Amino acid sequence: MKQEQGGTMISVQDVSKTFTLHNQGAAVIPVMEGASLQVAAGECVALVGASGAGKSTLMRMIYGNYLAASGRIMVGDVDVAAAAPREILRLRREVLGYVSQFLRVVPRVPTLDVVAEPLLSVGVEAGEARARAAALLTRLNIPERLWGLSPTTFSGGEQQRVNIARGFARQYPAMLLDEPTASLDATNREQVMQLIEEAKARGAAIVGIFHDVEARDRVCDREVDVTGFTPAKVA
Amino acid sequence: MSAEQISGEYNFAYLDEQTKRMIRRALLKGLAIPGYQVPFASREMPMPYGWGTGGVQISAAIMVPEDRFKVIDQGADDTTNAVSIRRFFEKVAQVETTEKTTEATVIQTRHRIPERDLTEGQVLVYQVPIPEPLRFLEPSEVETRKMHALEEYGLMHVKLYEDIARHGEIATSYAYPVKVEGRYVMDPSPIPKFDNPKLEMSGIQLFGAGREQRIYAIPPHTQVVSLDFEDYPFQRMKAPQCCDLCGAGESYLDEVITDDAGGRMYVCSDTDFCRERREAGHVGALGVAEDAA
Amino acid sequence: MKDMTDIDTGPLLRVEGLAKYYGSRVGCEAVSFDLHPGEVMGIVGESGSGKTTLLNCLAGHLAPDRGHVLFDRAGRMVDTVTMSEPERRMLSRTEWAFVHQHAHEGLRMNVSAGGNVGERLMGLGARHYGNIREQAVDWLGRVEIAEDRVDDRPTAFSGGMRQRLQIARNLVTGPRLVFMDEPTGGLDVSVQARLLDLLRGLVREMGLSAIIVTHDLAVVRLLADRLMVMKSGQVVETGLTDQVLDDPQHEYTQLLVSSVLQV
Repeated sequence: MKQEQGGTMISVQDVSKTFTLHNQGAAVIPVMEGASLQVAAGECVALVGASGAGKSTLMRMIYGNYLAASGRIMVGDVDVAAAAPREILRLRREVLGYVSQFLRVVPRVPTLDVVAEPLLSVGVEAGEARARAAALLTRLNIPERLWGLSPTTFSGGEQQRVNIARGFARQYPAMLLDEPTASLDATNREQVMQLIEEAKARGAAIVGIFHDVEARDRVCDREVDVTGFTPAKVA
Repeated sequence: MSAEQISGEYNFAYLDEQTKRMIRRALLKGLAIPGYQVPFASREMPMPYGWGTGGVQISAAIMVPEDRFKVIDQGADDTTNAVSIRRFFEKVAQVETTEKTTEATVIQTRHRIPERDLTEGQVLVYQVPIPEPLRFLEPSEVETRKMHALEEYGLMHVKLYEDIARHGEIATSYAYPVKVEGRYVMDPSPIPKFDNPKLEMSGIQLFGAGREQRIYAIPPHTQVVSLDFEDYPFQRMKAPQCCDLCGAGESYLDEVITDDAGGRMYVCSDTDFCRERREAGHVGALGVAEDAA
Repeated sequence: MKDMTDIDTGPLLRVEGLAKYYGSRVGCEAVSFDLHPGEVMGIVGESGSGKTTLLNCLAGHLAPDRGHVLFDRAGRMVDTVTMSEPERRMLSRTEWAFVHQHAHEGLRMNVSAGGNVGERLMGLGARHYGNIREQAVDWLGRVEIAEDRVDDRPTAFSGGMRQRLQIARNLVTGPRLVFMDEPTGGLDVSVQARLLDLLRGLVREMGLSAIIVTHDLAVVRLLADRLMVMKSGQVVETGLTDQVLDDPQHEYTQLLVSSVLQV
């Protein structure tokens, strides 16, 4: 799955999305139409547009979290819009990383294992996985005394950093970043910026949502305004 | 109305001929499938369940006028149960009875195998309270029958496992489960496990459970293996003493409390075996030499 | 560690047109799906939706009226509906496992924890007490039951411990497919979390495939890769777990998802 620098890694082609609200008389709400987007390996593209314009919706469709109504969403050689669940799961395990804004974990699992899990799931030996998890947690200034505790009890900022560490534990060829620098202080924000730059440098294709304009300008190569994908009658 | 009833007599050996045929069919099936529990239509007998109604029905079904009948209860010929059953057949079949193992053709037993080896032609009839060896852990009859049919006998070892876990050894000392001819797991009735090796014998062994309506059998010279674990092999056990009356060291012993000051003696549980030895001149620690010898 | 969801291998379980009727009433109908090695599938739906009927048909506890349940045995798909009963019972003691909602249905309550775990081993012919016990203790450890409880009966265990014991008893023979019927039902929330964590770890370590029936969406979110939503005996929606929960398509699924209290 290693991509040449510059080759297209993520390709969204004429994708539309509707929501059918059965509890409101099966009203069909078109929320996206004709969405297209290409991201090359080593490139970082920022999704921009007003709140509610569909940035998160598009990200979720790329991740396979939302079902596309039509179009193709190629990540590597997998069409997420048409793939079977297990193909998407393999894609997520091996190719496509996602740093969301919220940490969703099984209670009781220690932080170190939460971060190491993406590595363990692809068969990295436990000791090595934990060592890499520890290095990331150190880099993101999570004190070692917290590593044995479940992150469910952590503050919002700490949870966000654990989430980032988990997202960057594997060196995915493609990544989705949803507000990775939100609620971080300057030091940690700088660490995250460097992680993103390192990922780009090794050839990762990245799609991100950054409200932090400074961060966006620093790591993103270009911007795509999703307002252009909003269906006419809704807009 | 049959002639017997008009004359006020019982049919030979109490049961009507139809019933005896039904029981014999069950016995033949049991002998053909050693260890398999054959259901049969157990009859009401003129004695309570638990007194050996299963054994009595088998004895009645196989008995012929020429038989010499012996009954033992835990090895003894002289207990209430043994005496009652012997008298029953003296009355309803007018057969000869005996206390001598060697002379008997049919021996009905409760909870023992005679010390003296049985020979070809002799029949040992067991009284069985609960025929199902798996009942201890599996209450469903439907399920236990399925387990027998499919040879799913892991559960039997769970019982032995529990014994070792709880007591440090297989503490089951009677009704010790056996596997017959490599196929059916069988409850040998509550005989002491000391008797288990004797289940491989020259005589015919028939088992009857009246209340539970089951008959099973072991034909002569059938392989009977006591279940065990590799690291906890089956062990035959008896009290370390010798018989205080006849001095026998290899027989199964009863402990008899002789006073309320802790005095006790050990005697052969097989009374006929003990008598025979004493008549042959053997004397135990507390015994008296036989004058007659 | 082996690759647990090797995409190139065939399915472990293939269900085709499965149906079960109770007289004129539909238990479940027209159920078809593939389950691959290492996959965990959740079946959700409200009480009476047919999910437990389906599970029992899959596991051989109920005879379906129509359809096939094919299971991979050494590369050959065999129909467990038509196979002989001894074969099916052997399968359920070796390559399959069934975790009941109520632990007492899946345990022998008058047998020690060690005996409960050891039963499947003895059923397969293990005859060395020391080895059986050693394996039992090892498995108790893996489900976080202390070694010194090995000789206690499950009657002396809490609900969560009983459920963990049931899991150990089932997994000791290294099955490939586990059926679970509401495995966390009736347990305290904190106990549920521990059990879920344990199950997740075991599923990954052993490369287990599992079918989990539950009405608890939080359970499937954490354990299941994919979901099957049932209503009135019919499958109304299937898909990747987070997709079905975050972007439900069917009317009933939307209702189900929106009915969950948020915490």
